Amino acid sequence: MAPVSAIELQSRPVGLPPGTAAAALASTDLASLRRVVDGATAADVDRALSRSARPGRGGARLEDFATLLSPAAAARLEEMAGAAHDLTIRRFGRTVHLFAPLYLSNECVSVCTYCGFSAGNEISRRTLGVNEVVEEATALTDRGFRHLLLVAGEHARVVSKDYLVSCVEALAPLVPSLSVEVQVWDTDTYRRLVEAGCDGLVVYQETYDAGTYAATHLKGKKRNYDWRLAAPDRGAEAGMRRLGIGALLGLHPDWRADAIALAAHARALIHRWWRVEVSLALPRLRPAAGGYEPEDPVTDRDFVQLLCALRLSLPDVGISLSTREQATFRDSVVPLGVTTMSAGSHTEPGGYAAPSDAEPQFQVSDDRSPAAVAAALRGAGYDPVWKDWQRA
Amino acid sequence: MEHDGDALVIAGRGFSSRLFLGTGKFPSNESLAGSIASTRTELVTVALRRVDPTAETDILDAIPERVLVMTNTSGAVDADEAVRLARLARAAGLPTWIKVEVTPDPRYLLPDPIETLKASERLVADGFTVLPYCPADPVLCKHLEEVGCATVMPLGSWIGSNQGLRTRGALEIIVEQARVPVVVDAGLGAPSHASEALELGADAVLVNTAIGTALDPPAMGRAFRLAVEAGRAGYRAGLPAAGPVAAASSPLTGFLS
Repeated sequence: MAPVSAIELQSRPVGLPPGTAAAALASTDLASLRRVVDGATAADVDRALSRSARPGRGGARLEDFATLLSPAAAARLEEMAGAAHDLTIRRFGRTVHLFAPLYLSNECVSVCTYCGFSAGNEISRRTLGVNEVVEEATALTDRGFRHLLLVAGEHARVVSKDYLVSCVEALAPLVPSLSVEVQVWDTDTYRRLVEAGCDGLVVYQETYDAGTYAATHLKGKKRNYDWRLAAPDRGAEAGMRRLGIGALLGLHPDWRADAIALAAHARALIHRWWRVEVSLALPRLRPAAGGYEPEDPVTDRDFVQLLCALRLSLPDVGISLSTREQATFRDSVVPLGVTTMSAGSHTEPGGYAAPSDAEPQFQVSDDRSPAAVAAALRGAGYDPVWKDWQRA
Repeated sequence: MEHDGDALVIAGRGFSSRLFLGTGKFPSNESLAGSIASTRTELVTVALRRVDPTAETDILDAIPERVLVMTNTSGAVDADEAVRLARLARAAGLPTWIKVEVTPDPRYLLPDPIETLKASERLVADGFTVLPYCPADPVLCKHLEEVGCATVMPLGSWIGSNQGLRTRGALEIIVEQARVPVVVDAGLGAPSHASEALELGADAVLVNTAIGTALDPPAMGRAFRLAVEAGRAGYRAGLPAAGPVAAASSPLTGFLS
């Protein structure tokens, strides 16, 4: 895998600030870790399994994580699943937290090959007014949700800092927990969002491979890999309590390389920002407007191995599973390490309070209602938790 | 269960059960309610972050009236937040018994000794009955006692770790020195761990993960109740000292008396 700073910068400072988790990740020898996957033996898997959940200095042993992604470990999937299940129950109990994405806007000036909102796509676009955002949130709280993730395309003028702060200020009295997944901002903007009542920041790097990143992010500020990679650091510095990171599985032809980088990034964030709760998402790419079809889909078996390996190596991180996945698959993998799920999601702006004709970001595979997802969890012996935060 | 005049008294309130129950991690409200019944606990802790009176089903629905609800400040990362959460709980009409929980590290959830002491002092002054979750540090426990805490609640081991009394040596000093009840909180993974805590002189234990994540939580609740009763009974009966060599049941020099 190429080093992580080979992107031509467009409008933001060059490089990664020293002392950040992003800088620590950039100095991690990911290529050597990737080679561990191919060379791992049955004895290596034994060792990795026996000391999983016992981190060494600096946190999770990344060599063990790489070993658990290997073909040798794939032969031990049932054993990995059992251990992942036990660890998850001990740490998180028989509970799954539910949240909903609230799309504010699908306006976007970036061109990304895999995304329905990409600037080149001829789609119906819309940005909700703050009053409409409140209506959407009210429709979601009526369905039980107490944690909302505000999502928007990248359009600094339409989806501006002031607009985002206004949305958070309007929602904070209604919604106990608010996170944002929007274009990346500077520390001051994140601080304003925190002060307005936002407690979580979600930034997917999409792919950690610099070459694939450049080839899939063709236009816009999002081309700046480094600026994006250090966004979780800036969020933590600004006082965000929760950081969510992820990679779009299937974007880079070698998903194991991206998985290793994701785990290394999580480990670096935990080590650098010890007060912050880090969670991971494992979105598998879905077909989207513009005719995008993922070239290198991650199989269900691969996905399960990755999920278990992450749980065993990072026993305390939350793992989120979205409605990109099919209902039956989501139900099946809950016991293996999933701690958070979205439900009843709309991936277009509007749509909860009233039907919307705006284009969705991607196709949803699990279209069950929130109540149906909660009922399925209860049926499997899990408590669906709607509220787990109280702003002090 | 009655204990022949051995009731535990905290801040003037008597408890016939020495087993307190945390309410997180249970698979359902029904399972929680069943465990409250089987443990016969008279005090449960509830995280304010989980309380939602506007929801169709709330965690408080599982708790019968006879049981005292003690709100905990889970999620607080410093004293200011813990104090604000306690006041929010009081404003919501919850009892003024507060488990101070200040855990800036979200992974091991270790209590911050400095902020815990600050929060406890301020909440005592504000009229709350304060039971702080704290590190097993004997000097800190004396400070907490001096600022007016109703108990101290040192950890047996890391919360949720099920590792038992890894802090045993420090707990023995805390029990020896305490002038308020000592509740061992966190890390008790098996009924035998609870027995051990009571045998060494702790006044009560607070258990959550071991019961909430058991295959059959109400059955595990009953097992913990029996273990707590056995441990307390053993402590009151006067445990003999353990020694390095065998000692005959019948004294060899008894004939001399």
